Amino acid sequence: MDEDADVVPPLVEMRGVTIRFPGVLALDGVDLVLRPGEVHALMGENGAGKSTLIKALTGVYAIDEGSITVAGERRTFGSTTDAQGAGISTVYQEVSLCTNLSVGENVMLGHEPRRRRGIDWRAVHIEAARHLQSLGVELDTRSALSSHSIAVQQLVAISRAMVLDAQVLILDEPTSSLDRDEVERLFAVIRDLRDKGVAILFVSHFLDQVYEIAERITVLRNGALVGEFRVEELPRAALVAKMIGRAMEDLEAISSSSERTIDRTRPPVLRATGLGRRGALAPADIDVYQGEVVGIAGLLGSGRTELVRLIYGADRADTGELEINGVAVRLTSPRHALAHQIAFSSEDRRAEGIIADLTIAENIVLGIQAQRGWRRKVRRAEQDEVVEDYMSALGIRPSDPTLLAGNLSGGNQQKVVLARWLATAPALIILDEPTRGIDIGAKADIQRKVSELSAQGLAVIFISSELEEVLRLAQRVVVMRDRRQIGQLESSDLDVDRLIEYMADSSEGNVA
Amino acid sequence: MTRMMRHRLLWPSVCLVALIVLNTIARPQFISITLRDGELYGPLIDSLRQGAPLMLVALGMTVVIATRGIDLSVGAVMAVSGAVTLTIISGSGQPGSLGTVAFAITAGLVVAFGLGIWNGFLVAVLRIQPIIATLVLMLAGRGVALLITGGFIATVVSPPFKYLASGYLLGLPVAFIIAAAAVVLVAVVERRTALGVLTEAVGINPEASRLAGVRARGITFSAYVLSATLAGVAGLIYSSNIMAADANAAGYLIELYAILAVVLGGTSLMGGKFSIAGTVIGVLIIQTLNSTILFLGVPSAESPVFFAAVVILVVLIQAPRLHQLVRGQLDRQRSRTRDRRGDPEVVA
Amino acid sequence: MTTVVTADNRRTSSAQQVRTFVSRHASVMPTLAAVAVFVLLLVGAQAYFGNFLTPRNMSALLLDNAYLLILAVGMTFVILTAGIDLSVGSVMALTGILCAKLLADGLPAAVVVPATILVGSLIGALIGLLVQYFDVQPFIASLAGLFLARGLAFVVSLDSIRVEATSVLSLQTTRFRFGTGWYITPTGIMALLVVAIGALVLLYTRFGRTVYAVGGSEQSARLMGLNAARTKILVYVISGTCAGLAGLVLTAYSGAGYPRNGIGTELDVIAAVVIGGTLLSGGTGYVLGSMIGVFVYGTIKTVISFLGAEQSWTRIIVGLLLLLFIVIQRFIVFRSERPR
Repeated sequence: MDEDADVVPPLVEMRGVTIRFPGVLALDGVDLVLRPGEVHALMGENGAGKSTLIKALTGVYAIDEGSITVAGERRTFGSTTDAQGAGISTVYQEVSLCTNLSVGENVMLGHEPRRRRGIDWRAVHIEAARHLQSLGVELDTRSALSSHSIAVQQLVAISRAMVLDAQVLILDEPTSSLDRDEVERLFAVIRDLRDKGVAILFVSHFLDQVYEIAERITVLRNGALVGEFRVEELPRAALVAKMIGRAMEDLEAISSSSERTIDRTRPPVLRATGLGRRGALAPADIDVYQGEVVGIAGLLGSGRTELVRLIYGADRADTGELEINGVAVRLTSPRHALAHQIAFSSEDRRAEGIIADLTIAENIVLGIQAQRGWRRKVRRAEQDEVVEDYMSALGIRPSDPTLLAGNLSGGNQQKVVLARWLATAPALIILDEPTRGIDIGAKADIQRKVSELSAQGLAVIFISSELEEVLRLAQRVVVMRDRRQIGQLESSDLDVDRLIEYMADSSEGNVA
Repeated sequence: MTRMMRHRLLWPSVCLVALIVLNTIARPQFISITLRDGELYGPLIDSLRQGAPLMLVALGMTVVIATRGIDLSVGAVMAVSGAVTLTIISGSGQPGSLGTVAFAITAGLVVAFGLGIWNGFLVAVLRIQPIIATLVLMLAGRGVALLITGGFIATVVSPPFKYLASGYLLGLPVAFIIAAAAVVLVAVVERRTALGVLTEAVGINPEASRLAGVRARGITFSAYVLSATLAGVAGLIYSSNIMAADANAAGYLIELYAILAVVLGGTSLMGGKFSIAGTVIGVLIIQTLNSTILFLGVPSAESPVFFAAVVILVVLIQAPRLHQLVRGQLDRQRSRTRDRRGDPEVVA
Repeated sequence: MTTVVTADNRRTSSAQQVRTFVSRHASVMPTLAAVAVFVLLLVGAQAYFGNFLTPRNMSALLLDNAYLLILAVGMTFVILTAGIDLSVGSVMALTGILCAKLLADGLPAAVVVPATILVGSLIGALIGLLVQYFDVQPFIASLAGLFLARGLAFVVSLDSIRVEATSVLSLQTTRFRFGTGWYITPTGIMALLVVAIGALVLLYTRFGRTVYAVGGSEQSARLMGLNAARTKILVYVISGTCAGLAGLVLTAYSGAGYPRNGIGTELDVIAAVVIGGTLLSGGTGYVLGSMIGVFVYGTIKTVISFLGAEQSWTRIIVGLLLLLFIVIQRFIVFRSERPR
């Protein structure tokens, strides 16, 4: 049974935490227990209450009911400083450091060693280096933080948490922007801290990683606690079922898509040969036929997004040729691509997709409107029809088209962006990470839609970090690594493990 | 849009009506309008006429602000266009001839248009921050205007040119008609065509708009061209009013009053959704306030104090914090609104 | 325990050393560029006029622009937090005329001087409160400050007022001579002191580092436990105080208070600060850089008057120089934004 629960007293105990916002019950009597020397994962779909719970623990939100106990002492946090004072530190998904300052300064900011005359910079850098080293990180502390990758910045953030003598470290979606090697490095640091007795709360939606690093899992759904489980007692399918309240079979049902046969006798909808851009991508080839889904697989930073941006004209290519339906073209801008019926859904839906202060309707119609030019306004009646069609086809919620798009959840925002592109009746649609960071329900909806549309003749290029997703939907898979294309495979010849092997190949040696 | 817009125009309209009512109570002749020789006269009519330059500048400013930019150079552009026009008129042999005046006016407008292209190029093509890009012209423009006029104030006698600011058409001041026509023209083009929505999209999220196929660069560029051209017209009216080119005083502080009018009208400085009707109300509020201040016997040089009070009052009313204090939910809301920036969802 | 070594210190070839230097000091580059421009200007002027680089001219460079120097220090603090203060010219005029009026009314200088500086601080505090507590954009809040100060200046007096009080006038008239023809006045010393204090505060105090942090990312600064709110208010108080001090200096310099002073000065100050290497986006910049920017401005002004040309050329050239700097800054930022 749970022997440790008796031996090791919990460091943090949140009991019956309830938080109400006007009109919404965000958390309903939720418990969370963090023990020292343990990695605890917090899981749930978007909207489950994970970030609200964390904000309650870090002092951002006040709680309406319930209690928070840290190291045996009952606490109320009125601000983030209070929580920090209690030994709770957080490393956020978007690294919250000051990139304009040096590494050393970031580590010590607010706690710089001082002499009578002011901050002692030499001591600052010595201290910072020491803290970094205790995590096994060697950096030039005088270098600007901005000159380092996100992965390194994250390690600096963790290091800072240790300066503050954190006993509880909360990692909020820390691996979203990291590649495989960087994840390994991060996990090494996490294990290290765990062995030193820090209680670690790991929030992530990457199931594999959770199973790799965590010992216990707390699952939330719709603001309520589903339960706390030990990792070895909870198989993946069961975890997913608890998170979404329905079985994983739903997702499996979409699997038939990749097994369709494609007619490749006519010219492809798009063929790119030798498409490249200096500093971004080595010349690559890709072609897509009508009704086909071509997946692009590769680690973060392998050049997938760069490739599709070149196809779409979002970036200018230095080399290469493009043929659309057999006719040579040069795509110099997104407008140009749209005119050729190519649509592109960016991976960063907030910065490059959704226009937050426009309504859902205006967002959906934007693509069509841009196509027609500013002089010919889309008539109200036509707008209403198009919007209604797509909102019901994609299941966009809430169903009021006059709501501002910025207020929707991630999954619904993605659907709105998808609707915008589909409404322009493209011949080819490029989807870059369309299901990243969205809940399983929406994920299934989008995958199903893509499958349907390709069966109806739409050509699709599909990028995803989740290899099962790629294999489920695509007939062919283009594999990228380190900004170059390394091959093209039929998905029927692949399963996830073999794809990973292919991606890693021999030169790099070890692959997780 | 209607639901939100109506709400946004509520407060400005209430303010305007309140101001007019207060003025009328203090001096009933405020709203008196007399008809003489087929021309309307009265304090209200004067306001409309004197407010024409501000209306034109604020109109252009609204569109620029909607693209998430700002145009600080409008005052300088006013000075330059006035300087060019008046220098041509006074330098010509026949200052009173319609041909000369027409040519001079065209030249002044062309120069203003050109300055707009300069601004548009800096902001849309070189992607320089609007506040800095237009700051350059704001600094340099007045210097250029001073050079054109040779440093002193050129005065002319020219009935056709005088007509701009002092003449009447259909019973109303020409200046007012020009401003009103500009407002109607811009409003119709923005709302009847898709230009308005596309401009808003560009202002809210320029990159997403570009990827959606919107001509973001063209829209931004033309906003600055429009702003400068309208400022050029305003400069002509201003010069016509004093029948001289005063490179220092022309449009002094007008960019700030224009921005104030836009903000009063409910358009956000962050760009995106804009309201021309709101700006019109904003300009009327400023004009009415101005005439109130003068009526109270306050020297016009001191009037900025009142406008400071107005600005502070307006922003306080619009400030979310005030609403929270009123509703007594300070802590919770502060955390939520502050963190909303980073959250893709409103409620987790 | 795994040792994580990043590429930074694996090799120390000379290329690596250059890279290390750049990555450590990237934010100083714009200021170095300003120094280069300043030196070029001086060299060019000397070559053209032959008698430009004299101790007398250089001393005058400092003293004629002492008020601008003080304003620039305050403005640097504000711009570092990604804010802006459009009120400084008007506040300077207000405090100047107020100082002159109070002195003319017979109040002792020991009372008048602190009082007028305090007025500047109060207006700065008002702007800071609007920005921090009411979420008003710095542009609008300082605009309100501009209106308020300008209007109040005329309320104090519609015309200029001469200053007779020798205590104040002596700030400008007393000259300390040293070397061969160099001289400095108390106003010059005040200006240099303000620069020195500003630079030291920004480098060696927690408050100063918080200013940089807030400019880099306000949210991060707050999450890191820094008191961003208080800092944001304080920078405007500092700017207002500097404006108050500048008003005093200008009044001493010209011997009178004048409500129309400082029209457009805030733009000159912003131009000087930006030319000096401070980015308008906040988080990067140095007080010493702003000082160089003021000297660049002053040199241009002097050159123009040496040439006998219209003073309006000064603004034009400063405007174009500002543009050049911005374009260069833009391209540098462009380059560093490249790899995605």
